[in-house]
Amino acid sequence: MWPNKFEYARAGSVDEALAMISDDGKFLAGGHSLLPVMKLRLDAPAHLVDINRIESLSGISANGDLTIGATTTHAEIAGSAAVQSMCAALASACGQVGDQAVRNFGTIGGNIAHADPASDPPTVLVACGATVNIQGAAGARSVGAEDFFVDLFETALDDGELITSVSLPNCSDCQCAYVKFPHPASRYAIVGVAVCLKMDGDTCTQADVAVGGATVKAVKCAGAEAALAGSALDDAALEAAAAAVKADIADWLAGDIAYPESYRQQMAGVFLKRAVRAAS
Amino acid sequence: MSTRIFGSGIKRREDPRLITGEARYTDDIKLPGVLHMAVVRSPYAHANIVSIDSAAAEAMDGVVAVFTGDDIDLAGMPTAWLIPDSDLKTPEHPALAKGKVRYVGDGVAIVLADDRYRAQDAADAVVVDYEELPAVIDPEAAAQAGAPLIHDDVEGNIAFRWAPFDKEASDAVFEAADVVVSERILQQRLLPTAMETRAAMAQYNAATQELTLWCTSQNPHIHRFIISAVTGLNENKVRVIAPEVGGGFGSKIPCYPDEALVSWAAMKLGVPVKWAETRSENYQVTIHGRDHVQHVQMAASSEGKILGVRATVYAGMGGYLSTAAPGIPTILHGLLYVGPYTIDSVYCESIGVMTNGAPTDAYRGAGRPEATFLLERMVDNVAREIGMDPAEVRRKNLIPAFEDGYDVAAGLTYDSGDYPAAFEKALNMAGYDDFRQAQAEALAAGRYLGIGVTAYTEMCGLGPSQVAGAVGFQGGLWESATVRVTPTGKVQALIGASPHGQGSETTLAQIIAEELGFPVEDIEVVHGDTTETPMGWGTYGSRTTPVTGAALAKASQKLKDKARALAAHLMEASVDDIEYADGSFSVKGSPDQAQSIQEVALMAHLAWNMPEGMDPGFEESQFYDPPNFVYPFGTHIAIVEVDAATGVIDLQRYIAVDDCGPQINPEIVAGQIHGGVVQGVAQALCEGAIYSDDGQLLTGTMQDYCMPKADMFPNFELGETVTPSPHHPIGVKGVGETGTIASTPTVYNAVLDALAPLGVEQIDMPLTSAKVWGAIQAARQ
Repeated sequence: MWPNKFEYARAGSVDEALAMISDDGKFLAGGHSLLPVMKLRLDAPAHLVDINRIESLSGISANGDLTIGATTTHAEIAGSAAVQSMCAALASACGQVGDQAVRNFGTIGGNIAHADPASDPPTVLVACGATVNIQGAAGARSVGAEDFFVDLFETALDDGELITSVSLPNCSDCQCAYVKFPHPASRYAIVGVAVCLKMDGDTCTQADVAVGGATVKAVKCAGAEAALAGSALDDAALEAAAAAVKADIADWLAGDIAYPESYRQQMAGVFLKRAVRAAS
Repeated sequence: MSTRIFGSGIKRREDPRLITGEARYTDDIKLPGVLHMAVVRSPYAHANIVSIDSAAAEAMDGVVAVFTGDDIDLAGMPTAWLIPDSDLKTPEHPALAKGKVRYVGDGVAIVLADDRYRAQDAADAVVVDYEELPAVIDPEAAAQAGAPLIHDDVEGNIAFRWAPFDKEASDAVFEAADVVVSERILQQRLLPTAMETRAAMAQYNAATQELTLWCTSQNPHIHRFIISAVTGLNENKVRVIAPEVGGGFGSKIPCYPDEALVSWAAMKLGVPVKWAETRSENYQVTIHGRDHVQHVQMAASSEGKILGVRATVYAGMGGYLSTAAPGIPTILHGLLYVGPYTIDSVYCESIGVMTNGAPTDAYRGAGRPEATFLLERMVDNVAREIGMDPAEVRRKNLIPAFEDGYDVAAGLTYDSGDYPAAFEKALNMAGYDDFRQAQAEALAAGRYLGIGVTAYTEMCGLGPSQVAGAVGFQGGLWESATVRVTPTGKVQALIGASPHGQGSETTLAQIIAEELGFPVEDIEVVHGDTTETPMGWGTYGSRTTPVTGAALAKASQKLKDKARALAAHLMEASVDDIEYADGSFSVKGSPDQAQSIQEVALMAHLAWNMPEGMDPGFEESQFYDPPNFVYPFGTHIAIVEVDAATGVIDLQRYIAVDDCGPQINPEIVAGQIHGGVVQGVAQALCEGAIYSDDGQLLTGTMQDYCMPKADMFPNFELGETVTPSPHHPIGVKGVGETGTIASTPTVYNAVLDALAPLGVEQIDMPLTSAKVWGAIQAARQ
């Protein structure tokens, strides 16, 4: 509970933050992933650059697409009418992160930079085809969420790069849901399933599915998507999708002492069905 | 008074300071010039210490000193429960390891620095070269030939073997029985997880040779005794202060090396020294609870009459024997094998085994939950075996009501009980028969509902000192109290016990208010400081209300006698003509002539006009040694539904009927039951400390160690019966542990009842969804 020594400085703008950061430093947003790690001395950055006061990084805009600033808190996202309308699954996922105190401080940018595989928002971002917008000394770039999450606690961010926002396509004409099986100890996801369904009457014309918690990163599940697309989301289609999703995540499984990989893989199938039912 | 204060659910008087954050805990106390201690702890479960290099640490900014085990000249940490007739071995437990570490977290060096961060930085810079040795965690495995030897002087790792009952008689009962059921029960390790982690600060005055130790203690007088013993200071030169203490659940009974080390360092360096535990340290080194591997059998007739119970228990002690550890799986366990039933034959062989886990000791319930669980589990197994409803088996075997003493085969004399009344009341509250119907209908619809019923009694209010001596407890178990009334009629009640969250400042004040008529808000209960308070043996074993409460009631009664005599004298009446009501003494037939208790107190202090032979002042002290334990009892019932697709358990209803005699404060009783039930249910469903095979604690934080959460629980449905203890001055029994004792088997049996149609008969606790789901899959194959 006693972190190593570090320097602290606050940045007033993105440019200033990028100028201040060095290889042994970290950006500090809500701090609810970073500080616990530092207190356990699992990480010891030499300096922190506080980006909380950079106005351009915060807030939600809904102009066609949905753009959410990196330091927007989980609570703001969960409570946003725009997010609820344009990507209800993301509002739901952000509303299930940690507890209210965590949601009031924790930010979407900090969350995805940390890339905890059992956290909720990444799974929705991958399912819904979000884009992560990044600024570095060399300029700006954007990376699809599926490519952004590389592995356990590993992202496509390069040293010194800062997430500025995430963008999501308008999903207000889809039926989407995020369903989570929380770990009884941590309330992180044992498995979290995000689905985004486009429907034509009773027929599903397109399905986007991602699984987190059970995996080392949020994984897009093409097999499950194929099983759902074109179906009437009947029991047979759901069973087929549940079987497929277990194969989709087979190469990425994660587990812990109490909830091993094999169990989580099976539960991905159960919760995929529950997510589809919740969405449709 | 319009309503009696005794029995009234007044709000806890300690809560405002606790809720507003104004309470002062050990770590809140600041002393100028204090040094902060960090402990270098072993990362290995079992290793030889080859060398320790502290040069780099000593050179760091702010570091005053680094000490290792070779520097420390303290006596070893004592074990204070020396159970007889068990060939007990008490291996040396140095405050810092010498030559060898025996569990992850065992201290190997201490760093003293001017700030807590720097102390930790320097602790990380101490280089210890270890030679790792094979480790063993499972107590049954540690007792087998060929297991790694943890202490050279504890052969086969067996610290004791306790088997006080007649084995031949037991064997004969089992040989003759129609039905014998068996189960291997795992009582997993639990982490007590008091909200406040441990802390200690010491200050030494070399001129007066006085040591003051502030620490998180449930029993500061015992801490004083032990600190005196390990430091060599005279006991009257040691002052131990337990300021606000944020929960203990048993984990703050023992005297730990950390408390001895801050004392030693403060004496050595001549400046105050403070240590405050992190939660990670708390999980690694503060005592753990339970850790039994039990081989249990129950014998019964084919009609469901229970004939005998027997068990072989491998009780994990961890790397060292903690303060009270040997007494927990023996005296507080095997003597409880009769429970509330007419069982004529019991046998228990309890084997205390050294392992490479953290030391174990008393954790809420302490031995009794492990006994109640095995009994209740076996009763359900008997019911399944003979095809009888488990509630009916219990009904057939309950001891009938008794008011004043009932001898049981385990050697105890229960004080009073009406088990059938509590049992039937709980079954009625649950709608037991209706539930069985609903359960069958749900099953037909593919849903798995289950019900679990536990009838229990337990032994608490520890206890008669003569018994303590007979069972090797190295102390008495009486309490003392002083009721001191100031000239202005305000009350200080000084007690030797040391409450730490139970609400005793409220309930004990209610006892005094009831006896003497002072308003409860004028009564202050003072505890925790060995210099301010009279001797007492501490707060544990559900004993403060029964034992300290009795001392206070009797001291109050003595004051009342004095007040009556003084009032009679002042009103020039005969004592026999004095009537007392609501804090006022009046003369029979002349109700206008009255003396309030406050007026009498003032006159006793002024002493202007005392009766012949009466001493001045208004204060009485009382030592109280209980003639017997108290035996609260009751019946708990849980209803659960298991989601067969996931293994997730939904606890839908929880009914608890408890009898702790007359309730001083029903709200506080309910709070104790709520908290106890939550902790016990958590053992059944989610808590469990897990070590890897090489002794690393895998559940080292709350990310992995599953503390219960409020949303796991329904609203509890509480009921009570009231059966006073015949030997207690005000009839009360303890209630601090009943919830923990009753609830684990209740919920466990409910889950297994739900899973019975699927063919699942046993799952090791905790019943995580992964294990439940796995058991369902295995049964289906």
